[in-house]
Amino acid sequence: MKSRRLGRIVLNGTGVLVFLAAVFPVLWMVSTAFKPNTEIFSSTPQPLPKHPTLEHFDLVLNGKIAEGSFWGYFGNSLVLALATVVISSLLALLAATAVARFRFRFRTTFLVMLLVVQMVPCEALVISLFLDLKRLDMLNSLVGLTVVYVAFAVPFAIWMLRGFVAAVPKELEEAAAIDGAGAMRTFFTVLLPLVAPGLVATSIFSFITAWNEFIFAFTFLEDQDKATLPMMMQFFFGRSGNAWGPIMAASTLLTLPVIAFFLIVQRRMVSGLTAGAVKG
Amino acid sequence: MLDTAPAVRKAPGRKTSGPARPRRRPRLGPYLLIAPTVVIIAVLMFWPMIQIAIMSFQKVGNRQLRGEPAEQVGTENFDKIFSDPFFWQTLWHTVLFAAVAVALTLLVGTLVGLLLNKLGKRMSNVVAGGVMVAWATPPITAAIIFSWLFGSTGGLVNWLLDLLPDWLVGGGWADYNWFATPLSTYTVLTVCVVWQACPFVAVSVLAGLKSVPSELYEAARVDGSGPWRSFWSITFPLLKPIFLVLLVMSIIWDFKVFTQLFVMSGLANRDAFNLSLYAYSEAFGSINPKLGMGSAIALVLTLILLLVTAVYVRVMVRQGETK
Repeated sequence: MKSRRLGRIVLNGTGVLVFLAAVFPVLWMVSTAFKPNTEIFSSTPQPLPKHPTLEHFDLVLNGKIAEGSFWGYFGNSLVLALATVVISSLLALLAATAVARFRFRFRTTFLVMLLVVQMVPCEALVISLFLDLKRLDMLNSLVGLTVVYVAFAVPFAIWMLRGFVAAVPKELEEAAAIDGAGAMRTFFTVLLPLVAPGLVATSIFSFITAWNEFIFAFTFLEDQDKATLPMMMQFFFGRSGNAWGPIMAASTLLTLPVIAFFLIVQRRMVSGLTAGAVKG
Repeated sequence: MLDTAPAVRKAPGRKTSGPARPRRRPRLGPYLLIAPTVVIIAVLMFWPMIQIAIMSFQKVGNRQLRGEPAEQVGTENFDKIFSDPFFWQTLWHTVLFAAVAVALTLLVGTLVGLLLNKLGKRMSNVVAGGVMVAWATPPITAAIIFSWLFGSTGGLVNWLLDLLPDWLVGGGWADYNWFATPLSTYTVLTVCVVWQACPFVAVSVLAGLKSVPSELYEAARVDGSGPWRSFWSITFPLLKPIFLVLLVMSIIWDFKVFTQLFVMSGLANRDAFNLSLYAYSEAFGSINPKLGMGSAIALVLTLILLLVTAVYVRVMVRQGETK
């Protein structure tokens, strides 16, 4: 009995250690963001700020970062991410309905294609997409970048969404059809409301993809007023290497929305990624 | 599921009507639904891939950026790359980093997964939530946070190492520069990437463990097998498909790591390049861009990844994922 209790304590203790190791870097980022400079460069670092300050956030939100304002970068990132979400969700919903509801020629080919393109290295494609966009005169444009993001977000969105569509009982649609609803009507009144939770999950995933993306934005966008938040972080970090307070404040503002979104959809993401593998 | 596949394959484009089977759906429907996606993927992923292959046999520089036609140079780009020791050095960095990072990710991730499975329900959820935070952190911020943790002024790691006795870790840590040599840069990169990638492994393993019937473990315990034996004779064989998928995905992700290394080490630090940074640097890194050379290096990287992807697709198809 006693050894069992000891085992529990060791187990829970390990759990706490793992938890701390996992959250520590993020905690350190937030903590540094609230520390005055004297504490940041102190010879005896403390885990939490003794005299919390908002000066770094003030500097980031109201000052200039690499010749632009935080809100400018934030706006560009938000527009890109939202446009990517809307377009990729629409495309994914159509394609997911096709693969979950119909058996057609090249269906398996299509699914295998989705798997393959998820593995294509964007580090390679960036070279030829740069030339293509340059030829089309869309290099320095958020529209061009959105289209690229959609291409990278849509394969996984379809993969994840098809499970949700397949889970809607076909009988419901058939009943609607018998009652005289057309294909469109059935889609909007039966299927769409039922896959809405899945649509939210895939939307958040697409949002994170676009919000975090760095290489394409960094390579394609030239003007300072088109730059995104990750680009801002790179400029900021590259130019004022040791201004850790403001850098960590900016990192916090970039990161926390993503973490919040992520915790909302985590379960669905995991099942989307490994659904079949778990079946054993 | 199995019965539909051959039927689909056999169906020719125009089928002579056999036994009267009512056709409920219009034939065109599914194709119209996938058409926009197919177009986008073809234009933005397959076509650029082909272009990379074409450009790797061309000279594409400033003149071509101004609109002149590309110059065919045969295999010159590849001859240059393969005879250059620097290319082999970047390939070595790429392979070695992937090997170490993948091994650590799978090991630590699996251990965390096993722990999550053993913990009580509430504790397990809390720890899983914490682990998710590491997964959710954007790569660019992760790289910056670890640059700060391993920084030479005010960095926490140097401070800790300096506190430890000298006989254990050696002295002179106070202002040690982690980003001065490739080996120390890759050490930081490995810690950063493993920290971010473990959660995915842990949560996938946990999901797999939940599907294993507990009777198997009870039976094993009755037969007198310890936890080590139980893992290798029950857990591992049953979760083999999951481990295979995780292994392949980790290899692919770690092979093409870019953003983190770009932020930590940058284009100026050529000694620490891996393949993707090398390709990028050739294509965009100077005022005299060599997009043809960059494409050739990128093509080598892509072909390696394609081989690994082939394994991945095979596993997924076998598991019925594409049904």
